[in-house]
Amino acid sequence: MDQDAGAGPLFTDPDPEQARAFFRHKERALVDKRMSVRQAVERFVGDGDYLASGGFGTNRIATAPLHEIVRQGRCDLGFAGHTTTHDFQILAAGQHRGRPLVNRLDCAYTVGLEARGLSPQGRRLLESGQVEICEWTNYALALRLRAAATGVPFLPARHMLGTDTWSHSAARLIECPFTGRRLAALPALYPDVALIHVHESDPHGNCRIRGVSVADLDLARAAKRVIITAERLVGNEEIRAAPERTVIPSLCVDAVCHVPYGSYPGNMAECYFSDEDHLARWLREERDEAGFAAFLQTFIYGVEDFADYLELCGGAARLEGLAELERGSNGR
Amino acid sequence: MAAEYNAMELMICTAARLLENGSTVGVGTGAPCAAAMLAQCTHAPDLFVVFEGGGLAPQLPSMPISVGDSRTSHRALMATTMGDVFETAQRGLIDYTFLGGAQIDPFGNLNSTVIGDYQQPRVRLPGSGGANDFASFCWRTLVLTPHDRRRFVEQLDFLTTPGYLDGPGARERAGLAADTGPYKVITDLAVMGFDPESKRMQVESLHPGVEWGQVEEHTAFAMLQAPDLVETAAPTDRQLDLLRHQVDPYRYIIGR
Repeated sequence: MDQDAGAGPLFTDPDPEQARAFFRHKERALVDKRMSVRQAVERFVGDGDYLASGGFGTNRIATAPLHEIVRQGRCDLGFAGHTTTHDFQILAAGQHRGRPLVNRLDCAYTVGLEARGLSPQGRRLLESGQVEICEWTNYALALRLRAAATGVPFLPARHMLGTDTWSHSAARLIECPFTGRRLAALPALYPDVALIHVHESDPHGNCRIRGVSVADLDLARAAKRVIITAERLVGNEEIRAAPERTVIPSLCVDAVCHVPYGSYPGNMAECYFSDEDHLARWLREERDEAGFAAFLQTFIYGVEDFADYLELCGGAARLEGLAELERGSNGR
Repeated sequence: MAAEYNAMELMICTAARLLENGSTVGVGTGAPCAAAMLAQCTHAPDLFVVFEGGGLAPQLPSMPISVGDSRTSHRALMATTMGDVFETAQRGLIDYTFLGGAQIDPFGNLNSTVIGDYQQPRVRLPGSGGANDFASFCWRTLVLTPHDRRRFVEQLDFLTTPGYLDGPGARERAGLAADTGPYKVITDLAVMGFDPESKRMQVESLHPGVEWGQVEEHTAFAMLQAPDLVETAAPTDRQLDLLRHQVDPYRYIIGR
């Protein structure tokens, strides 16, 4: 219990100098970053990359690029799992030449879909021994992203200490220089790529989010490359008319993809509620490996893009129903 | 004549009574959320409910499905960040949290990471999520869980979330905030607290009709008995009416 450091693997370099060297050459100009999801994944997601997914599992997730990564078969991926539920489920479903797409996982919460139950496929993947796992907590991953967004190598917190979560993390014990207290030092996490779904973006990647922002403001600043999918594209003039509403500036963003219903089957605050029937179907289909392969063939590998997936899931009628549910359940 | 009720209804009504008006509570979905909503409908209209996705003090229109869904920020005081919620707790502003887990030990430590060996688990579970954070930071941790020998174990397979660790003073020695820790454990059989000296779990009240022997039978460690063991108050008709018709009309939770 008096371990000075967790014994888990550190998958990413927390050194702010390597991040600064990268950010030094990042595009600054207000260029038009609009492209298709396929183009964004082709250009900005590579084999071996460490990914992070925005939102909160089944809420405001960037479903389209997650599907596209599975379709394009990116492999040897690292992943940041802070309450990643359906988003992790999508990546866990993917295979490339018989190997899982993800082989390293910073795990705070994966495998489960909150009250909906455990993902059989997520369990198979993590119980197979094919994924190297480091344990964290939701706040630990949020703070690791904050450290990266801040540009420092770590930030301290008063949690995890004394537990097995600590022993299997890659945190270190430090003594506070002012009070002498024991603190957990959380190493900065600079993902290679972040996938974030927002309510509105202009063509340059100036973004607005409604509802809770979870860890996405820090994630957008911590990641080396950021792919934005947006419910709605707005003009730059609209952004400039109310700059206080911009929560992610274009400086952070590499690709802007217009994807209406882009969080489906997840919830999008003020737009549409989650499709609980479809989420329940995923969990059901995962129970049987052969049946699940056929399901993936139909819904992911066999479709051209995310719009086709939405059609397969019931199209406009279904989506309008979810929008109605969101208005009803939220009195809007 | 007391009304009929099921075990889940009793657990939720018992948990709701523990939440004081004007206090703050970090909750998850399911039974804890139902307990918080019921408390708001009865004695605690000013209970300040916090969700880890970033929802601060929503006026819940219906039961959230996820702790980050849009219901958790419906007519809220603020839709903020996950970091802000946990830091509010780390500063000492969140009084209670409600947790569950696959296993709990005599010191109230919880496991939600693996069943079996860590390297070759029989079941891989989600992990800490925000549980370790809330249990580290909030003043008092409440646990809601079914009572059986698979859950109430002497030795956890993995200590995900801190209770009193290995006994008195252990949290503070590890570096966790002072005067924090598990407060009550509410099951379908009893309400447990913790012996102030040893920090081991002890039964404080048995639910109506439950015998001490049943608790012993369903616990795989030596359960202590509080000196003044009493009977848990049965749910009131008003609590049951609100729970069934306002809080959980579709029986998502009380129908389990």
